[in-house]
Amino acid sequence: MSLWLVILLAGLLTFGTRLSFILLLDRIKVPGWFRRGLRFVPAAVLSAIILPELATRNAVLDISLRNPQLYAGALAVLVAWRTKNVLLTIIVGMAALLIFQAVLGMV
Amino acid sequence: MTTRKQEFWNGVRDEAPILLGVAPFGLIFGALAVNAHITVPAAQAMSSIIFAGSSQFISAQMMGTGASGLVIILVVFVVNLRHALYSASVAPHVRHLAPGWKFLLAYLLTDEAYAVTITHYNQEGDPANKHWYFLGAGLTLWTVWQVSTATGIFIGAQLPQDWPLGFVLPLTFIALVVPALKDKASVAAAVTAALVGVLTFGFPFKIGLLAAAFIGILTGLLVEGSPK
Repeated sequence: MSLWLVILLAGLLTFGTRLSFILLLDRIKVPGWFRRGLRFVPAAVLSAIILPELATRNAVLDISLRNPQLYAGALAVLVAWRTKNVLLTIIVGMAALLIFQAVLGMV
Repeated sequence: MTTRKQEFWNGVRDEAPILLGVAPFGLIFGALAVNAHITVPAAQAMSSIIFAGSSQFISAQMMGTGASGLVIILVVFVVNLRHALYSASVAPHVRHLAPGWKFLLAYLLTDEAYAVTITHYNQEGDPANKHWYFLGAGLTLWTVWQVSTATGIFIGAQLPQDWPLGFVLPLTFIALVVPALKDKASVAAAVTAALVGVLTFGFPFKIGLLAAAFIGILTGLLVEGSPK
């Protein structure tokens, strides 16, 4: 599927979702479990991307003590948790990755 | 009665503080998208056609890792399903409007525009012109998102290709997710999804991402239990 078709369809679906109840008011009732489940969607999807990203290098799983991304990621989690600051999290995480790679001789 | 013009500019004014949090994400998105070899028009089109921050980051990441188009579309759909709740929430307030207005406001119904607008709808005051407030808040966010994306694309194109910018993406996601983990159920959802994501990493077309997300959501629901 071409990139443009993906963007167009993803955009149409997002627009349709935003329009749904505005147009169909009163005709659909959202079940309670569905409403509660939506709260977990961002955390679940993003986490399902984060850990595999940290745990892979050049598209190969590397769950070992020699993977610097795991340390940098753990440090970033700590900074995000304590400061809630997006830019600081990114800066500390990037700096940590470069330091772990360079100083510790990790590749 | 508050005039249309007053409502519109009140919406712009109330949206403004949120922009400080939004603009950096637009910048980062633009820079990452071109770094991930998405063309300049396609990167800008993602901000104007999809126009939903976290799902744009996710699709840019997936496009860079060879996910199938269908899986990307499904993931974007699931990530943006929460907007159906916003839609249901504003629906009673906009039901008197002409279809053109409904389509326009639905397009502008982002997390950030919703947060400001629904607060305004729930306040006292003549509701007759409140859709102008919605329009002011929504258009302000839209403009800043487009401009910050374009700026990010410009900056990203100047950066050397060998910079390890790819690592900014998981870091951005960490910055988004971690502060939102406020209770046991959401932590359980995140940790489970992360682990299943690693276990299913080798699945074709990144379908493992969908599986991990659904198992994470189910875990969150189970840990939370039924409401009393």
